[in-house]
Amino acid sequence: MSSISCHNLCKTFRQGDEVITALDRVCLDIDEGEFVCLSGPSGSGKTTLLNAVGALDSPDSGAITVGGRRVDNLSRSAQADMRLHHIGFVFQAFNLIPVLSARENVEFVMQVQGVPAARRRQVADQVLAEVGMAGLERRRPAQLSGGQQQRVAVARAIASKPALVLADEPTANLDSSSAAQLMDLFVTLNAERGITFVISTHDARVMAYAGRLIKMRDGMIVADEPQQPRAMGA
Amino acid sequence: MNVTWLLAWRNLWRHRRRTWLTVGAMVFCNVLLVFLISLQLGSYQMMIDGTLSAFTGHIQIQHRGYLQDQRMRQSVPDAALLAQRLREVPVVDSAAARAEAFALASSEERSFGVLLTAVQPHYEPRVSTLPDMISQGRYLRASDAHEIVLGSLLARNLKVGPGDEVTFLGSARDGSFAAAVATVVGIVHSGMDDVDRNLAQVPLGWFQRVFAMGDRGHAIVLRVHHLDQVDAAVAALRAALPAGESLVVLDWETLQPGLRQAITSDMASAWFMYAVLIVLVAFSVLNTQLMSVLERTREFGVMLALGMRPSRLARLVAMETGLLGLLGLVLGIALGALLTAYLGHVGFTYPGMDDMAARFHLPARMYPRVSLLSLCWGPATVFVGAMLAALYPALRLLRLRPVAAMRAA
Repeated sequence: MSSISCHNLCKTFRQGDEVITALDRVCLDIDEGEFVCLSGPSGSGKTTLLNAVGALDSPDSGAITVGGRRVDNLSRSAQADMRLHHIGFVFQAFNLIPVLSARENVEFVMQVQGVPAARRRQVADQVLAEVGMAGLERRRPAQLSGGQQQRVAVARAIASKPALVLADEPTANLDSSSAAQLMDLFVTLNAERGITFVISTHDARVMAYAGRLIKMRDGMIVADEPQQPRAMGA
Repeated sequence: MNVTWLLAWRNLWRHRRRTWLTVGAMVFCNVLLVFLISLQLGSYQMMIDGTLSAFTGHIQIQHRGYLQDQRMRQSVPDAALLAQRLREVPVVDSAAARAEAFALASSEERSFGVLLTAVQPHYEPRVSTLPDMISQGRYLRASDAHEIVLGSLLARNLKVGPGDEVTFLGSARDGSFAAAVATVVGIVHSGMDDVDRNLAQVPLGWFQRVFAMGDRGHAIVLRVHHLDQVDAAVAALRAALPAGESLVVLDWETLQPGLRQAITSDMASAWFMYAVLIVLVAFSVLNTQLMSVLERTREFGVMLALGMRPSRLARLVAMETGLLGLLGLVLGIALGALLTAYLGHVGFTYPGMDDMAARFHLPARMYPRVSLLSLCWGPATVFVGAMLAALYPALRLLRLRPVAAMRAA
């Protein structure tokens, strides 16, 4: 399901009279279980590529296949279903729902999926424990540190057992210790659950965790190389 | 609890002051509506009771066609006996026979055309309040043979008072010439010019002799214990009427069509005012919900990104509005019911009401009448108005795109 294939993706934005090319004939294949980092300076097209792969936004042209299914030409409802059942998202700003507790935030996606309440609670507690948030299930986001909030966001992303997790600058708002802990968590989930991770970042320490590093500039992929990932906790 | 309901409920309290202001507006509107509608229904009740108890009664039994064309010959046989029998029908409070004829009334100085009404002096006070409105002299008695009571304006026009004689000339049922002299024993002052200008009541027995009516009358006037019993009473009376007679049972709406029209017209103007109030509250809800949606655009974008469908987001906003409306509904009905029940118990008045009430022989205090209808009608409409007001912010969410929404500040 997680294999990603992008073919000739193009996307432009209009900013006043200026046309900005966010993706310029991007071609990319990612296999199941890969741990991939997209790197590049701001405006290089990392987030636009993640949004396109995650069926959050449609390219102007080109084709995207996730798990063998075209996502660029789906209806809005079908795109929503695709995201709900197959893709987990981790955002730079955590984006937890402020009025829900940590547990309720994790339950939220499962609730939308229609998972029964008892099962939801069981899975939420289990996943929160897995990301190191046991005992903090009832806290609201405002009562958690940035690192803890991002862990809850990760728990929310993986609670529905997606095959693919897309993370957009997940460590940008974290201190280096929390960032390292988060990346260790990603590596563990990748190794133990076989979840494919695609992470956009311009943080060299984050890139070091990836088994494959894709560099982007001006909407184009300028380098795509495998690398020896950094060992956990190193 | 379902997370969506939980979310809707907690979202309401993100801005407590704003929520309470909106709920406050709804509660105020609902309390006002409960009170005003209760007052309106109460005053209609008073108006109907006042009008019907003055003369028409709740129900009348007449010869078919008499209401439209009042001919002497269209009469009710054995009128007094029939009234006697109908008084025994359980739902009937009281019944009295009447007869009517147009006549020329003459005093020593003047003559006027009048509608002479024959009544059963013993039973008439039980179906009409006019006998209680005697301003001079006395009302008719069962023993009276040729006495008459006149309306105050008619008496003034004829220049007669108690003890004076009035001569009547008219046409009897058999076509013969009807002429008689009656002695004025009382003057009725109702405060209603129409009544005071035309009222001329005589004993039924005297009338039957003078107008060759035999034992006939023109109407049996009935009162029931409560206005709500009219329909049941009409059905019971239809069953109790002698077979083969061309008699019809007429309820007060048929007898007084103007009364229902006046009420309908008053309700229409009142509802226009209520509608303005409801629209104002609906705009307040619209403002609250629109603000609430706009400031959460980013959060909605995240929910969309997580896989929530736009329609479900719209439902969330509808649920929030529903909860807001429900708060206003419950608090509004509770406070409105308490206020109205209290005023319904002790009554209330306003400057100038005493004089007006005295003129029309109505109670000097007004008593709003709490009913399920008066409690629920207004608040339910406010609730529906609030839900309709939430449509616009909810529908906006259907067009929301996750990426654009998440970029919102």
